[in-house]
Amino acid sequence: MNAGAEGVAIRARGLTRRFGKLVAVDHVDLDVPARRVYGFLGPNGSGKSTTIRMLCGLLTPSEGEIEVLGLKIPAQADELRSHIGYMTQKFSLFEDLGVRENLEFLAAIQGVPKTKTKRRVDELIEQYHFGDRQRQLAGTLSGGQKQRLALACAVLHEPQLLFLDEPTSAVDPESRRDFWEKLFELADAGTTLLVSTHLMDEAERCHRLAILDRGALVADGTPRELTAQLEGRTFTVETDDPRAAQRALAGVAGVLGVAQVGNILRVLTDADGATPDMDKALATTGHQAALTATPPNLEDVFVAATRRDAERAA
Amino acid sequence: MNGRRLWAIVVKELRQLRRDRITLAMVVGIPVIQLVLFGYAINTNLRGLDAGIVDQANTAGSRALVMDMLATGVVAPVAQADTPQELMAMIRRGQVGIGIVVPPDFERRRIDGRAVAQILVDGSDTAVQAAAAQLMQVPIDSAAPDMRAPATSTPVGGRISMVAFYNPQRRSAVNIVPGLIGVILTMTMVLFTAIAIVRERERGNMELLIATPLTSSELMIGKVLPYVAIGLVQTSVILALGTWLFAVPILGSVLDVYLASGLLILANLALGLLISTRAQSQFQAMQMTFFVFLPSILLSGFMFPFAGMPKLVQWLAEVLPLTHFLRLIRGVMLRGAGLWEMWLDVLALAVFTLAMMALAILRFRKRLD
Repeated sequence: MNAGAEGVAIRARGLTRRFGKLVAVDHVDLDVPARRVYGFLGPNGSGKSTTIRMLCGLLTPSEGEIEVLGLKIPAQADELRSHIGYMTQKFSLFEDLGVRENLEFLAAIQGVPKTKTKRRVDELIEQYHFGDRQRQLAGTLSGGQKQRLALACAVLHEPQLLFLDEPTSAVDPESRRDFWEKLFELADAGTTLLVSTHLMDEAERCHRLAILDRGALVADGTPRELTAQLEGRTFTVETDDPRAAQRALAGVAGVLGVAQVGNILRVLTDADGATPDMDKALATTGHQAALTATPPNLEDVFVAATRRDAERAA
Repeated sequence: MNGRRLWAIVVKELRQLRRDRITLAMVVGIPVIQLVLFGYAINTNLRGLDAGIVDQANTAGSRALVMDMLATGVVAPVAQADTPQELMAMIRRGQVGIGIVVPPDFERRRIDGRAVAQILVDGSDTAVQAAAAQLMQVPIDSAAPDMRAPATSTPVGGRISMVAFYNPQRRSAVNIVPGLIGVILTMTMVLFTAIAIVRERERGNMELLIATPLTSSELMIGKVLPYVAIGLVQTSVILALGTWLFAVPILGSVLDVYLASGLLILANLALGLLISTRAQSQFQAMQMTFFVFLPSILLSGFMFPFAGMPKLVQWLAEVLPLTHFLRLIRGVMLRGAGLWEMWLDVLALAVFTLAMMALAILRFRKRLD
């Protein structure tokens, strides 16, 4: 199977899904390059899961066209299924089966040849560190172990394309780091990965990402491209009374967002900048406040993108 | 006890109930449907039992006797036969429950004061046996009816003999145990598969499965097969206990018993699967199972004789797999009939299974929408 033209694994145009009156996904255009980790960043309810389900043929789009690995979806969804792996948001393996039993079951379902199954399962048990708990029931594993097992099951049949729906939402930072190592290993080996997340630090790891907000695609690019657009528009404020400073800054025209991070305030302005106005506003609080420029991060990108969208909607 | 907290629980329960449409329907549906249905259907006073008639005498007197018996309303003629042997074959096949035999020398017997007719009864149903006894009370005139005035006739009872086949001692265990195989299989098998799909949906396994190359038929048939084995184990346990503890005979072939049980198991598993594709939660699946189970027990002929129910209810009962199974299993175990002699019921079970299975597979979509 060829990965479409120009190494594009997924192409979607005008992808829309309505549930009754609710528009969960609203005319989304997507181009996911092959052999990369592509992120879907967005808050809960922004349409990430719905989009992923449409892309793997589990939900029928209300409108729009999808091509995944050169196959028309949903028409050719059955054909697609043997080439993709899907890790659901909720743990979806059989809790009353053991680690090895789950792997063996999915190997059979996914059509891994009988002669190769044992070797493949052994290999995954080794790679995913389940050597000492092959017989343990999946339901009794810790959050991080469950995640690892789910990934092992998703890659069992060596799919070209992996969909991971908020894979690390229930996992501690340590396990999350290990998990991402695995994802990059897979990308190096030639797998395309589409990962949804609402965590900024995860989004930052992706080769490329799309930001979804209320069903619409509001930004798309590499993390560096996305942050570069905000160069010169992000500041930090150090002050004794961050709450008062936040209230003062929120009223200044041109300020898109003020967020408190510990004792520091992080400020995002629009493209015109508003430094003099901000200085004035800070002076009114009666406290010492130091305003310094700071490099933009993805959270700023997210705030800028969703704010612009909200204004457009208003 | 805090009144406000208590009330909060009450309100929450009612709100949740209101949003659970099927449960709500059951709250009203179970009492209304079941009461109306069973109120009319359950009738222990048997009338209109299917009867076969052999009148070898074929005289005015013998025809009058048969008419008198029919006039009681206990039996309704559904078949004519030429010989008692033919009649017994009909009983073995379950085609009729009662046979009336008038021998060729009826007129002579009438004058001699000997028994003038014989009633053959399928004793495998004790209720039928009891009802048939009423036929023995039909009065017999000793002389030709045109010879004497009706007013002075002196009817004599006891001139009609009765032979009960298959369970002459009227032991109820003999009647109940074969049926119990069916009831137990209906109860357990429907529930096994009714929960099967819903459980995976509730636990999230389904989303994983439908994203794989697994087909609907593979999933559905794969869910059914293991329970067939379990069902056959259950059948063996009941058969063994029935034989050892209650001395229930197996007159027909044991293979036929297992074939009939296998058919019922498949029918019930397929029905369960269909329920499973419809139910939203395991609780709903159990409710729907119960909704099918109750009529199965009451209308199939297990508890109350099938023959005693109104025609409309009988048609309804024909839809239930247990009705057909009961006929098969009683035929095989108690009357020594072969399955092929009751092919209509075998066919009914097979058609039911295929229809339910096809519906379940069609209803199950490999999609989330």
